[in-house]
Amino acid sequence: MARIFAAYTIAATAWLLFATFVGTLLAYKFGAPEFGPGAWLSFGRLRPIHTNATFYGWASIGLVGLAYYVAVRSCRTELYSARLAWIGLALFNIAAIAGTIALDLGYSAGDLEYREWPWPIRLIFLAALGVTAWNLVGTVAKRQTDDIYLSNWYTMGGVLWTCIIAIVAILPWYQTGLGQVSVSGFYMHNAVGMWFTPLALGIFYYALPKLLNRPIYSYALGVLAFWTNLVFYPIIGAHHFLFSPLPWWLQTTAIVFSVAMLVPVLAGSANFLLTMRGRFGQVSHSYPLMFIFVGVVGYLVGSTQGTVEAFRSLQEVWHLTNFTVGHSHLTMYGFVSFAVWGGIYALLPAATGKYPGQAGLALHFWMALVGSFIYIIALSIGGTVQGLDWVQGLPFIQSVVDMEPYYVWRGVGGLLMFLSHLVFAWNVWRMTLGRSAEMQPEAITEGSAA
Amino acid sequence: MNKLVLIAGGSTLVYAGLALIMGVLPGISLSQTPPGPGVVPLTPIQAEGREIYVANGCSYCHTQQVRPLAQDKPFGRPSAPGDFAYQTPELLGSERTGPDLANIGARQPSEVWQYIHLYNPRAVVPQSIMPSFDWMFDVVDVAPEGVTPVTLPKAFAPSQGVVIPGAQAKALLAYLLSLKQTPLPENAEAAANTPAPPPPAPAATASAPAGGYDAVAGEQLFVANCAACHQPTGEGLPDTFPPLKGNSAVNDDDPSAQIHAVLFGLEGATVGGTKYDSPMPPFSDMLSDAEIANIINYERSSWGNHGKLTAADDVAAMRAKGE
Repeated sequence: MARIFAAYTIAATAWLLFATFVGTLLAYKFGAPEFGPGAWLSFGRLRPIHTNATFYGWASIGLVGLAYYVAVRSCRTELYSARLAWIGLALFNIAAIAGTIALDLGYSAGDLEYREWPWPIRLIFLAALGVTAWNLVGTVAKRQTDDIYLSNWYTMGGVLWTCIIAIVAILPWYQTGLGQVSVSGFYMHNAVGMWFTPLALGIFYYALPKLLNRPIYSYALGVLAFWTNLVFYPIIGAHHFLFSPLPWWLQTTAIVFSVAMLVPVLAGSANFLLTMRGRFGQVSHSYPLMFIFVGVVGYLVGSTQGTVEAFRSLQEVWHLTNFTVGHSHLTMYGFVSFAVWGGIYALLPAATGKYPGQAGLALHFWMALVGSFIYIIALSIGGTVQGLDWVQGLPFIQSVVDMEPYYVWRGVGGLLMFLSHLVFAWNVWRMTLGRSAEMQPEAITEGSAA
Repeated sequence: MNKLVLIAGGSTLVYAGLALIMGVLPGISLSQTPPGPGVVPLTPIQAEGREIYVANGCSYCHTQQVRPLAQDKPFGRPSAPGDFAYQTPELLGSERTGPDLANIGARQPSEVWQYIHLYNPRAVVPQSIMPSFDWMFDVVDVAPEGVTPVTLPKAFAPSQGVVIPGAQAKALLAYLLSLKQTPLPENAEAAANTPAPPPPAPAATASAPAGGYDAVAGEQLFVANCAACHQPTGEGLPDTFPPLKGNSAVNDDDPSAQIHAVLFGLEGATVGGTKYDSPMPPFSDMLSDAEIANIINYERSSWGNHGKLTAADDVAAMRAKGE
């Protein structure tokens, strides 16, 4: 199991480096549009490569590796099939490599957010999901415990639901013109909130009690969040197309349920924060806990922001601006990526018996935190300026000119984020193939918890 | 085992139902949306151009959806469901780093402008941050028979030879020029949630005294609607877009030729002894009388021009007379 967990983590890390290198290049292009000429380095081709590599390379592979480990440990059993896990890892990587190459050559299924890969490649990804679902459910089925620990609800659910999302997205028959717009709204939102969110939450539910050596604050609250997230989330996709020609009732329904999403979001975040209650001294002395803490706050703030953004009055200003890009980084980075890092730092040393150095953890944490802070703040302010420029009826080019300083700050933040990932890669190296750091003082408390 | 069935199976079943209701069924029903009046399928070359648009991710920066909001008015009328009947994959987009293109074929019908702009956007819009698509063009010593080279400003032209559009550029241009919104019948427009048309300009503006006009608004309107071709300097591009600076129609005491050009467009005009082939689009549908008067007055009092100022009434009279 340790080898599988390590292999997933290493693959995910490679994708993170690649995806964010491309992201940094893209950020640079906003200031230097002639930089990196030619078709293969063109902005419009690299942009989906960045998002897809982040989604399906980094976050998906990293989370699945964690989900396997959590399933095995919390069920006190062995993996249902190590072979299937390796096959799944190969399929995830083949899909991501093929997808990247296809997009760079100009083979795109359409500029449909997060499903740009041509459909045969998305079938490979679906196969990887299917294998993972089978393996996870199989592992939980042979558990030695009576109960199914909450983490596994979320991880199994996430993988199973995402199989359905992937099928809905691939079938072409009912997706022409405006029909495809509605499917896009459904897909782009569900691919995030029914895949990354449940898996990341599943990691929280396991790693947090483990690190703090106390049970989760309320099991029931976690169950409530599970079912409400399941029922409310799929309904809100159309809020990506407010003011579009999609039926007005569909848009309004999406807004209403975006508000309802506060229930699972608040229930979930409160549960995590209350688990940490009275222990913030310990949290601030442990980088794995700090990563998870930021992840929880990212979940709370990012999701609440999503609810607020869905209001028509605010969409009038923010829709189509860089504010949305800030929001997507707050959620995919501040929430999901920090959750993956927290999970890996909390659990991988226990699996491999090797530790990253304290300095490496510190450098990764602070550069990632400060970098993403700069990035998100810059684009939130910039996006607001952009939207207000439009509302005032200024010539469009004025909004381009006004964004310039914010694009620069985005580049600064992005560069810091990328540098922090280099440190993360070094840390992963030490936790897996390389030489372990000395056991840290904090690791002793962790050891007693494990 | 039962718990596993409930949690994994039950939640998956619930999700499958919701995916059906929120994803598949709206997809099925909205895919039946009939094309709007005048909305036609793309020709083969336009469809090819659309594929190039998709392959190069144009819609990550350019939306193709005009919202029923005041700030979207410069991009055309609000998009209607029938506009998208032949638009698969959909290209509505989620970011507007560059302007909306739903009606770009009507807003910027000049082929040569589109070519120059694709080759290097900064040749016509200095502040643009769009990438150059020069790799869709060929540089040759002499343009082959029947092919017009792209007239680039010197600073952007290759040091040797001339630039001609390649197959991809031609197809992409055909697609861009096909992006023209069709007029909506009155009731359909109401259904599309169009906000009420802006109230007629207040009388004070409409009958602005010949001595004054709103210079700030005039400049903004000029930058938004005219500067792409005539340039912020008013000098145009040599042999491609005519200058307004020192232009005789702009300095003529009688503004009617200028008003006519802005309202109804122009093609094959001769300015200062040079004949210009690229067409100027009509602005009668996009701009109000007061706005057009403002633009004209801005042009007549900038860059050393000293034409007599006009008023919205003159524009209204010309509009009423028709082409």
